[in-house]
Amino acid sequence: MRTRTTTRIGQYAALLAYLVFLALPFLWLLSTAFKSPRELGSLHPTWIPRHPTLDNFRQAFDEQPLLHAALNSLLAAAGAAVVAVVVATPPAYVMARRRSALTRAATGWVIVSQAFPLVLVIIPLFLVLKNLRLVDSLAGLTLVYVVWALPFALWMLAGYVRAVPTEVEEAAAVDGAGRARTLVSVVAPLLAPGIVATGLFAFVTAWNEFFFALVLLKTSEKQTLPVVLTHFIGAEGVADLGPLAAAAFLATLPSLVVFAIVQRRITGGMLTGAVKS
Amino acid sequence: MALVSATERSTRRPPHPTGARDRAVTERGAWFLVLPALIPILVLSVGPLLYGILLAFTDSQSGRTRPTRWIGGLNFRDLLHDTLFWESFRIGLVWAAGVTAAQVLLALGLALLLNQELRLRWLARALAIIPWAMPEVVVGIMWRLVYNPDAGVLNETLRDLGLGGGHDWLSGLGTALPAVIVVGVWAGMPQTTVALLAGLQNTPRELHEAAAVDGAGAWRRFRTVTWPALRPVALAITALDLIWNFNSFALVYVLTNGGPGGRTRLPMLFAYEEAFRYGQFGYAAAMGCVLVAVVSVLLALFLVGRLRGGDDA
Repeated sequence: MRTRTTTRIGQYAALLAYLVFLALPFLWLLSTAFKSPRELGSLHPTWIPRHPTLDNFRQAFDEQPLLHAALNSLLAAAGAAVVAVVVATPPAYVMARRRSALTRAATGWVIVSQAFPLVLVIIPLFLVLKNLRLVDSLAGLTLVYVVWALPFALWMLAGYVRAVPTEVEEAAAVDGAGRARTLVSVVAPLLAPGIVATGLFAFVTAWNEFFFALVLLKTSEKQTLPVVLTHFIGAEGVADLGPLAAAAFLATLPSLVVFAIVQRRITGGMLTGAVKS
Repeated sequence: MALVSATERSTRRPPHPTGARDRAVTERGAWFLVLPALIPILVLSVGPLLYGILLAFTDSQSGRTRPTRWIGGLNFRDLLHDTLFWESFRIGLVWAAGVTAAQVLLALGLALLLNQELRLRWLARALAIIPWAMPEVVVGIMWRLVYNPDAGVLNETLRDLGLGGGHDWLSGLGTALPAVIVVGVWAGMPQTTVALLAGLQNTPRELHEAAAVDGAGAWRRFRTVTWPALRPVALAITALDLIWNFNSFALVYVLTNGGPGGRTRLPMLFAYEEAFRYGQFGYAAAMGCVLVAVVSVLLALFLVGRLRGGDDA
């Protein structure tokens, strides 16, 4: 019995180490965001701010066009998510319900896209978008995000379609519903949660994206949140760390909220899928 | 994107009564449904990829008035003698291998723990969302705060423990690369953990119990029961991690921008500077091609692992 207890203690110690590793950097970000410049300059920084202040948040908004950048990010990410889901749902249905050369090609492309070398794509993409007059425009960036979101959107949606039993569709057909009718009023409602999850995932991916935004957006009024955040960095004095931390924290909030909602669905789906198989 | 490997496992399994399904969608209907997705993909991802390969054989530069010319393999010949690039390439390999190895091992440990009936599991799951959801730029900023020589918590903790302080982690020639690797591990661990956890839940519990009854120790049980079942997932996620890490850009851009003295200049950063700072599109595209070759090898490994996984499971 004793070895069992020691094993358990060891397991908890290891788990605790993981928790510390995962949590502490984030807690430090929070702590820094609420510290005054004076405290940040002090020799011995503490975990809990001695005099918590909201000044950093105010200063972050004053100094950089953060709100505007957040709006840009929101437009690009929401636009990309909606378009990606609308465009991806029909082919995902085809991928799930049919096996043909087309489907195999699509599946292969989804896998290859995981390894897409951004360096090789970004230069020609830049030139193509320039010819289409879509460089330095949010519309162009949104378009790129749509294409970027498509592989995993297809993949996830095809998975959700497979989870809808064909019998449901056959029953609808027996009841006299046409092809379109079946898809719209029988399959679509069953797919809705999966579509929402996919859309939210696409939203977070685009909201967090940095590389394309850095290359494609030049005018500062058009830049998205991650790009504007990097302007904070530069030659930073210790006094500017507070606003930097505050802004970084705010930029994370939407992703965290969305992920907290979707994560159970994504991982839950994965896990049950794995167990079922 | 860790879901890919696990979802594909789950979706591959159910046997398809394909006959009925094939009749459900006609060939013309299929094309009609696929087209809206196909066009943007062709124009903005397949097209640029091919265009990029062509560019590698030209002297294309940004903002030049003379027409672009074919120069054959000249870019590649230059690249062969470009010691800076190969140094960057080496750093990229060290980074990708280091981050991936640590990521997978740590994630395996965490997944094994989360597979046990422990309290606080929910907390670990909740915390794992943070690195996963956080924008890479923010991850970089956050760790800059941790590593900050004056106001950072790392130096302060070391001072408290009497281990000295005043390290400038991200600007030290010797510490910069290890420091950014730690950040890479932190950022990528959750996806890997989730994928491995999914794989673990796939291992036959009865077999595990039977082995325990037979007196097999924990290590033996892991090696003979858990690992064979987990191997395909582990291989797949390792290869994917390796590819993702090799393509990584934003983290290191924010943390060190390739410094100090190029010690953390990953190939992606190198090519980015070549293309968008110096405007050498053709040369940067050639670098891209070389990187693609490497990634293709990794991808081939991934696919082989996947196929073999299909036989095993």
